[in-house]
Amino acid sequence: MEKRLSRYIWKHTRAQQLWILFVVAISMIPYFLSFDLPKQIVNGPIQGDGFDQPGARQTFMNINLDLPWIGNVELFSGLELTRMQMLFALSLVFLGLVIINGLFKFYINTYKGRLGERLLRRIRFELVDRILRFPPQQFKRMKGAEVSSMVKDEVEPLGGFTGDAFVSPALLGGQALTALFFIFMQNMWLGWIAAFMVGVQAVIIPRMRRRLLVLGRERQLTARELAGRVSEIVEGIGTIHAYDTSNYERADIASRLGRIFKIRYDLYQWKFLVKFINNFLAQLTPFLFYCIGGYLALQGQLDIGQLIAVISAYKDLPGPLKDLIDWDQTRQDVQVKYVQVVEQFSAEKIIDPKVQALATKDTGPMPAPLAAVNLTLADDSGARLLERVSVQIQPGETVAIIGGAGSGGDVLAEAFARLIWPETGKITVGGEDILELPESVVGRGISYVSSDAYFFYGTLGDNLLYGLKHAPLGERDYKGAEGTQRKWDVNEARLAGNPDYDTKADWIDYRAASATGRDDLFPSLLEVLDTVQLSKDILDLALRTVIQPEAYPVLATGIVEMRHALRDELEDAGLSGLVVPFEPGAYNVEATVGENLLFGTIVDPNLMGKAIARNEYFRSVVGGSGLDRILFDMGYSIAENAVELFSDLPPDHPFFQQLTFMTADDIPTYQAILQKLKGRGFDEANSDERSAIIRLSFAYVEPRHRFGLLTNELMAKIVDVRRQFYDGLPKEMEGSIERYDPERYMASSNLLDNVLFGRISQKHADGSKRIRSIVSSLLNTMGLLDDVMHIGADFNVGAGGKRLTAVQRQKLNLARALVRRSDYYIFNKPLPGLDHRLQDEIVRDAMKLLRRDGRKPALIWVLSNTSLTSLFDRVLVFDRGLLVEDGAPEALKEKNGVFKELVSS
Amino acid sequence: MLLKDEVQMLRRVPLFAGVEPGKLKLLAFTSDRVSYDPGEAIFQQGDTGDAAYVVLAGKADIIVESSTGPIKIAEVETNSIVGEIAILCDVSRTATVKTTTALEALRIRKDHFLKLLTDFPEITIEIMRVLADRLSHTTSELTEARSRARKAD
Repeated sequence: MEKRLSRYIWKHTRAQQLWILFVVAISMIPYFLSFDLPKQIVNGPIQGDGFDQPGARQTFMNINLDLPWIGNVELFSGLELTRMQMLFALSLVFLGLVIINGLFKFYINTYKGRLGERLLRRIRFELVDRILRFPPQQFKRMKGAEVSSMVKDEVEPLGGFTGDAFVSPALLGGQALTALFFIFMQNMWLGWIAAFMVGVQAVIIPRMRRRLLVLGRERQLTARELAGRVSEIVEGIGTIHAYDTSNYERADIASRLGRIFKIRYDLYQWKFLVKFINNFLAQLTPFLFYCIGGYLALQGQLDIGQLIAVISAYKDLPGPLKDLIDWDQTRQDVQVKYVQVVEQFSAEKIIDPKVQALATKDTGPMPAPLAAVNLTLADDSGARLLERVSVQIQPGETVAIIGGAGSGGDVLAEAFARLIWPETGKITVGGEDILELPESVVGRGISYVSSDAYFFYGTLGDNLLYGLKHAPLGERDYKGAEGTQRKWDVNEARLAGNPDYDTKADWIDYRAASATGRDDLFPSLLEVLDTVQLSKDILDLALRTVIQPEAYPVLATGIVEMRHALRDELEDAGLSGLVVPFEPGAYNVEATVGENLLFGTIVDPNLMGKAIARNEYFRSVVGGSGLDRILFDMGYSIAENAVELFSDLPPDHPFFQQLTFMTADDIPTYQAILQKLKGRGFDEANSDERSAIIRLSFAYVEPRHRFGLLTNELMAKIVDVRRQFYDGLPKEMEGSIERYDPERYMASSNLLDNVLFGRISQKHADGSKRIRSIVSSLLNTMGLLDDVMHIGADFNVGAGGKRLTAVQRQKLNLARALVRRSDYYIFNKPLPGLDHRLQDEIVRDAMKLLRRDGRKPALIWVLSNTSLTSLFDRVLVFDRGLLVEDGAPEALKEKNGVFKELVSS
Repeated sequence: MLLKDEVQMLRRVPLFAGVEPGKLKLLAFTSDRVSYDPGEAIFQQGDTGDAAYVVLAGKADIIVESSTGPIKIAEVETNSIVGEIAILCDVSRTATVKTTTALEALRIRKDHFLKLLTDFPEITIEIMRVLADRLSHTTSELTEARSRARKAD
């Protein structure tokens, strides 16, 4: 990128800058005309110049030009108008000029704004483009938040400046020179005084502003560092909590803010000091005029008329001059910002754009073999990680890399993946340097997985398919308004030097995923997910999802049908007691009293939680049936029991976990209520006490709490009140509660609850685990599994995939590579978080998967345990940065070498 | 079954004989009631132990996997406690317990159980007694087995 901002702007917006200069110049004509017009109106029609006789007329709009050689040419002879007509005609011309001036201003400002925004877009894109092309070592010293604050905030003022970069100095300079010229015309000496003062201003002010620039640069750097620190706090929050260092962070942030404050305050002080001096100098000139000019006039050496003319000409000078100096300040400011940013974005070994060129065509198989030639790798400090290793991996070979910690095998894998660049020697593919081959060849030919997986914010499915999105493959068909929009997008992108790749097009390379299109992609994905044993996790995610039945009508009806099938299935397995279903006319003993009474889910946020107990209709139904008294007695017994059981336990006692309907802090409150109400009952309790007591009864589940408070009559009564409640439900509450209906999908509950449509019995050990396996097999037999898995794939993995567990992330990371069809697979200890048995299974299954359909890709697996080496054709053993053994596992076992040692240990 | 019936049952368990009824109620309340069908495993040898069980009704076998196949080493009677070794010594389950009849049990979670021992010395002593009893039983069986082995030689 150019070192100077003005050159950068000129290079990319030359034509537009010239055009806008031209337009500005044209716009001067009506602008100056509108200056003269008020005088004409006042002198002519209003004061009556040239309208001495009543009925006198004057010519209006006579347009004639004096052209050299041709002589006078009359374009329009004009109209003869009376005084009144003239007034209106001239006023209308004035209005017309106002509109024309306004339109010119509007056009110029929009044009400049657009110019600036385009340039901003260009710079931002160029910066991000450079990030994509940085060599890997660059990222070890970069903080993401600092870089993003540069791209986002620090270049922002550059856009605003672009439009004024050339127009402002031309315009303001012209105005200032004209004013100065006028002064000179009036009086040479006073002209020299004015010119001298302008010179002083032009020298002193920018000099004083240098400090402002230094401060501005500091402000930029400290603000950028602050952004970096804030993101560090966000990313390192776990560490901060773990070590109780939050106050250290607070201190650091406070001291940074203090520094920023000091810089900014300094800035203000200087800024206003400079402003003060600037204003002072501007006002000094008229002082000199009054003082010296007045003296000269009194002495009779200067005409008073001249002096007044000079002074009135001078008033046009300070305005443009001040603006010009301000413009210069902005120019220097953005120049500093630009240089700061460009410095940060320059790297020595930046990747050639050709290497990353878009390739929509199939690049074909990658040349072979993959080889390291005399490869030496070093870390950031210069320590050797790998020394002079030469090794060739033939297509179709399966190679295990083993070695102790820091032995160098894992860095070789990283070098194959271009994550670390050779110190000396090189990695070659078919004899060519891997760093010079297009990424479209090596990035598709090699799939690399390591343990530190990065996931992008979005759905699990998107992340799984991420490795297939190399280029927009299918052109998207746009119609109507969308088509216009797309054309506009493409055009604008080109004007700002951005690529016009369509993000809405289909980027997924289906062929690379062993599919032909969107429709048959899913089975092959499922196969991969099974291989890495992630399907069960995804199913669980799906079952916990709340879906809108309108969006999945088939699934919703299928789930409702499944309820019956589940009952039958449980019946057959002799587990009919495992789930107690909700039945409209019956009490569900495994659900709470509250659930049984309401028999539905509250959808209206205004009624959720305790709010329903305050609802008038609800109270009237419960009160009218006398149920409130019964529930009060019930709650009273519960409170008595709870107080009796828990009152003398310390609040941190583990038994409190079991107390679901109150907390340890509530015990004293209830103790007091009980004491007060002893032997008095419902009628004497106030409304707060009543609701506190009744609340307890709502959470009561007989089989869990076992206080023996739920009689058959009470259950029947609750069911009866439920019926009353729904029978008289007022219209405005109809949408607020979603009633349990065995024949309908409940939109407010998750999938699993919809399948169960009941409560899992407390009595069975491992009840929920068993139910899950039954549900999953049932989904499969009913053909709903695909739909459910799709919902699971729509799970949002969160920032950096943090909503998944570490193990799930590792599995997904491996799956993402297995989905792609590559010639070489490099797995660099991809599953460190998994136990041995699971790792074993996944390695075997993954090898089987990669070899399906007779394919034979090469596989390089850096293993953390040696027991799996027998699965591979060849083993590379590394020790302290050297390749010490290389051969078939059986052969190496025979030798008395490092391999034997590793295997036996 | 209600809490107060459970308390009655717990009082019949020798382990809890010395504990006052109020505390037994608390114990019953904070534990889970679980039921098993005949032939169902309460826990498997090798699992990590997270709870002890007090059998309220029903019977079960204690089975140890050996190189020659499963060996039944004892039977769990009503009102006795099983599974306490794994949570006392932090080892995995030393045996499998499989029901022979339908069985009702009270599942006391590990942290609750340990809390119980520190809160109620009576229970601790009772547990020690049970363990010592089992040890003497095991010792006599071992002696018998050794002498039998010697005779066979």
